[in-house]
Amino acid sequence: MQYLISVIDDGQSGTDVNDPAVQAEMAAVDAFNDRLRAEGNWVYANGLAGPETATVIDNRGDAPIVTDGPFVESKEYMAGFWIVEAPDLDVALALATAGSKACNRKVEVRPLHGPEGEA
Amino acid sequence: MIDVRAAIVRAHHDEWARVVAALARRFGDLDIAEDAAAEAFATAVERWPVEGVPRNPGAWLTTTASRKAIDRLRRENQRGEKQMQAQMLADDASDPYTIDDDRLRLIFTCCHPALAMETRVALTLRLVGGLTVPEIARAFLVQESTMGQRISRAKAKIRAARIPYRVPSADDLPLRVSGVLAVLFLIYNEGYLPTGADSDPLRPGLTAEAIRLARLIHALLPEEGEAAGLLALMLLTEARREARVSPKGELVSLAEQDRRVWDAAFVAEGHALVRERLASGKAPGRYQILAAIGAVHTSARTFRETDWSQVVALYDQLVRLDPSPVVALNRAIAVGELDGPQVALALVEPLGDALAGYHAYHATRADLLRRLGWTEAARAAYAAAIGLAGNTAETAYLARRRDELG
Repeated sequence: MQYLISVIDDGQSGTDVNDPAVQAEMAAVDAFNDRLRAEGNWVYANGLAGPETATVIDNRGDAPIVTDGPFVESKEYMAGFWIVEAPDLDVALALATAGSKACNRKVEVRPLHGPEGEA
Repeated sequence: MIDVRAAIVRAHHDEWARVVAALARRFGDLDIAEDAAAEAFATAVERWPVEGVPRNPGAWLTTTASRKAIDRLRRENQRGEKQMQAQMLADDASDPYTIDDDRLRLIFTCCHPALAMETRVALTLRLVGGLTVPEIARAFLVQESTMGQRISRAKAKIRAARIPYRVPSADDLPLRVSGVLAVLFLIYNEGYLPTGADSDPLRPGLTAEAIRLARLIHALLPEEGEAAGLLALMLLTEARREARVSPKGELVSLAEQDRRVWDAAFVAEGHALVRERLASGKAPGRYQILAAIGAVHTSARTFRETDWSQVVALYDQLVRLDPSPVVALNRAIAVGELDGPQVALALVEPLGDALAGYHAYHATRADLLRRLGWTEAARAAYAAAIGLAGNTAETAYLARRRDELG
């Protein structure tokens, strides 16, 4: 079973890569990623560029509508994510707990649909 | 006929959780387990009066429920026969080091921290307690459809997010047990001091259910001191239930209660549990300390004979564990009995900022001011308490006290 662990940035953490605190976060995330790989939980992970870089497209009508900015304006935004393999939610929550500590941000855990579309 | 009905009620009482829990493990789905258990009991209602009560009602109900579940899976035909077989066996291998009782798995799943508190309460009452959705909805003053949705959504989340059906590992156990106890305590309190303008002052059904569930947890986890503590606390509180509300529907304070009405069996059982915990020599948690305070109260023949220094000493212990303003308030009430209202008031006043919205803060202040003879200040404090109190019996009590100020 795969879970999406979204990293939620609420503006409380630094973003300047020269900041030693940010460098410590990055090192902690690297170590956490190594652990995910070593223990067989790794599927994929990455960070996202800021919400100001987002573009929204709606092509359900006659012509595509392009909007500058994220689909929802909010103080909190998704700053990155992990996709992990875990047998159940307890394991996923334990990974997310370690992930939150490593990246120094809140995270949200959601199951991905399985191959047979099982919810 | 009456015997058969009694047998069905007893079987529901004794076997519901076991049937649901066994089916949940076998079929890996709470929805299927719940529906099949309900169908099995409905079948018992039809057939037992005709065919007689089976020798082993639990086994009969589990077998019947399993057949109903298999029928449903075949009917839905969403899964092939092979897959269904696999699913039925998937969770059969139980860890040898965990406590092997399906009901415990069921309780931990219903009280999983990934579910909202109100959802945990509803699921526990439905799946472990066997209360119907309308019963639970009534107990918490919400629409039946709302409660039904809450339970359905929870089951859907458990399935979709794969909340596991197992007893947590030894590392997680203490935290998860305290989560379960919090659910039971909340159920008890909602029965003991229901809120809502027109609510009954007591809901004995809910307190009885909480005690039944606490007994179950204590029996399944006999080594958990806090489970014993919570059961003792509930018993010692429940013992005073009849004396707590007057025939006029007014709350009766501990000082004014007729102690002859207290339930001696509950008191004795509660005291035995408290003694057992003391004898264990292990540091007590919050519920054990509260139970010990209840034991001191229920040991006194009259209010005046209460060993208040012992009560204050126990609150001192509780403050070290939980330095919250509510605990400080309750400690101050005990100090008031030991050292007088003036000393207590000095402890209560600094809590005003934190507890301004809590009716018990104002009620406590009102009582202390009344005893000090500061009538006008007391009247204002009673008014504030009445404005915030959610329980009808408590409001009636506070109003009488205020009116008696003259």
